[in-house]
Amino acid sequence: MIMELLDKWFNREGKADSRTQAKNRLKMVLAYDRTDLPPQMMARMRLELLEVVGRYFELDAESLELLLDREGTSTALIANVPIRRVKQEDES
Amino acid sequence: MGKVIVITSGKGGVGKTTTTANVGMALASLGKSVALVDADFGLRNLDLLLGLENRIVYTILDVLSGDCTLEKALVRDKRQSQLALLPAAQTRDKNSITPDQTRTITAQLAESFDFVLVDCPAGIEQGFKNAIAGAERAVIVTTPEVSAVRDADRVIGLLEASGIRDCALIVNRLRPKMVKANDMMSVEDVLEILAIKLLGVVPEDEKVIVTTNRGEPIVLSETPPPAGQAFLNIARRIQGEEIPLLNLEPPAPGVLERLINLFRRSN
Repeated sequence: MIMELLDKWFNREGKADSRTQAKNRLKMVLAYDRTDLPPQMMARMRLELLEVVGRYFELDAESLELLLDREGTSTALIANVPIRRVKQEDES
Repeated sequence: MGKVIVITSGKGGVGKTTTTANVGMALASLGKSVALVDADFGLRNLDLLLGLENRIVYTILDVLSGDCTLEKALVRDKRQSQLALLPAAQTRDKNSITPDQTRTITAQLAESFDFVLVDCPAGIEQGFKNAIAGAERAVIVTTPEVSAVRDADRVIGLLEASGIRDCALIVNRLRPKMVKANDMMSVEDVLEILAIKLLGVVPEDEKVIVTTNRGEPIVLSETPPPAGQAFLNIARRIQGEEIPLLNLEPPAPGVLERLINLFRRSN
């Protein structure tokens, strides 16, 4: 279930047809347009998220994905953070 | 009191003016009195689409400056006596009129016409603000393309923010064949994204270009092609009738077409 949703959000189902791509890209861009969130703020949040999560996990900073998803009237922030390994107590 | 409706889209080139001309003409053919207001100062085209370009003497600015009466500035259509055009000033820009002035003019027109349709310029700047000022309803025109839908979303937000709650969507230039092949967004796709009520769907139709060349809106054709029929249906929905959507399913492929598809697939 969760993997399915992630596939949907991060468009992993392989090369979708252009109709589906148009729809998914629009949904994504409109979620940002509608919230009126400045890109700098998103970038800052990204760094801060990496910092916090990075205290507990060893991460690949490049592969962090942040998405706003809009269904009807509600908007969700979805973060996908691939983890290399859990840090040991003494490392942090 | 007549109804003031603004036809808008955000993005240019999606068919606002074509829609205004055709829906206006269709409403007139249904027996309603219709005033079309061209709010696109500096880039007026509604006159050209209606074939009235040679009959313009005064513009909306002459009415505002008191150089002529509103009645005198209206260009009456000879084919549909119920239809009149209030032209925009071609040599002036969008800042030569204010939202308040537009509101006054459209309110005055609504006293003697059943419908006042305002053709909004592209964009969301001064021209847009002028055009929506006097409107109680809005028709948003879009095409099933990412840029047009994104702009439509922005415009719907701006309309709601300025208190226009009655908004409806026209999906223009739909290509059913492409939708079926998953090469174009469907009407349902667009509605899912924009969450707005649907007023009508107009299929892509080369005949629109031909009739526009001639200055005769497609709804005037004796046997209107699908796009013309779609505009007629939209006009009937605007005046409150419940008309089902046209069946735009592409016809089942013939033997030859099926063979060609087969070859394409095997390549």
